[in-house]
Amino acid sequence: MRSAVIQFPGSNCDRDLMVALESAGSRGAEVQLIWHKESRLPPGLDFVGIPGGFSFGDYLRCGAIAARSPIMRSVVEFAVRGGYVIGICNGFQILTETGLLPGTLMRNAGMRFLCRETELAVATTESAFTCNFAKGEVIRLPIAHHEGNFRTDAEIERRLDQDERVAFRYVDTPNGAQGDIAGILSSNRRVLGMMPHPERRIDPSIGGTDGARLFASIVGALASA
Amino acid sequence: MRVCVKLTLKRSVLDPQGEAVKQSLHALGFTGVDGVRVGKLVEIDIAETDRDAALAQASRMCEDLLANTVIEDFSLEVS
Repeated sequence: MRSAVIQFPGSNCDRDLMVALESAGSRGAEVQLIWHKESRLPPGLDFVGIPGGFSFGDYLRCGAIAARSPIMRSVVEFAVRGGYVIGICNGFQILTETGLLPGTLMRNAGMRFLCRETELAVATTESAFTCNFAKGEVIRLPIAHHEGNFRTDAEIERRLDQDERVAFRYVDTPNGAQGDIAGILSSNRRVLGMMPHPERRIDPSIGGTDGARLFASIVGALASA
Repeated sequence: MRVCVKLTLKRSVLDPQGEAVKQSLHALGFTGVDGVRVGKLVEIDIAETDRDAALAQASRMCEDLLANTVIEDFSLEVS
């Protein structure tokens, strides 16, 4: 599997995401770090990761400036052609700003930056990202964000529900997110945006391996595709 | 020409920041405060002498970057 992780000024989970992708694809995993000023993704990619962090200092709105970076045009084209993309935390915010995913991430309802473990229910297994889990299974991943309060209009929420495009829901919503939504899929189910950090739970020595299962899902699904 | 862009959260969108400011104002004794909404002001100097052209450009800037039209409204003013 050939992956790229996009790096913006202020990204801080880029290396972790690279390690997660490398360790999931035990054989032949090739992960490149791509600077946001590049105008083209390398050819022959299978997967693109948009990491967490505080791209451009969260100026204007979280993810707004990163979403207009030169590389993101190429990422959007990649996704539109059916490429697989994950956006984690700030990456999720960036994906909503590009329009690849609906809705927006607003300030947490309690106004606090939240940095803690959360329980998530796997809401669908119908995706490359979640096929290794059981539907309804509860997993544990950490969150670390100030703007994770997912909001969208009632019509879009209804469609997300109907098409089973909610990937993860908080068991006990920490940030006020509408419908307890922690992560959603694009209509072709190949783009996932989520606030919790799977790349921070890939080894028992750092708190758990539920995140590693997500990356193993991707590698497995893409290998058999 | 300078265009001032005022960005405000749509009325339908909850504003936790405004709520926090309201509570703080209440704590300071401003008990008559019924509601607070927090927005943003962006001043843009545009190399343009025609008012309508400057406003049209600023409007495109809002659509393309400055506003998230999912949750925000914008209004423009030439100063």
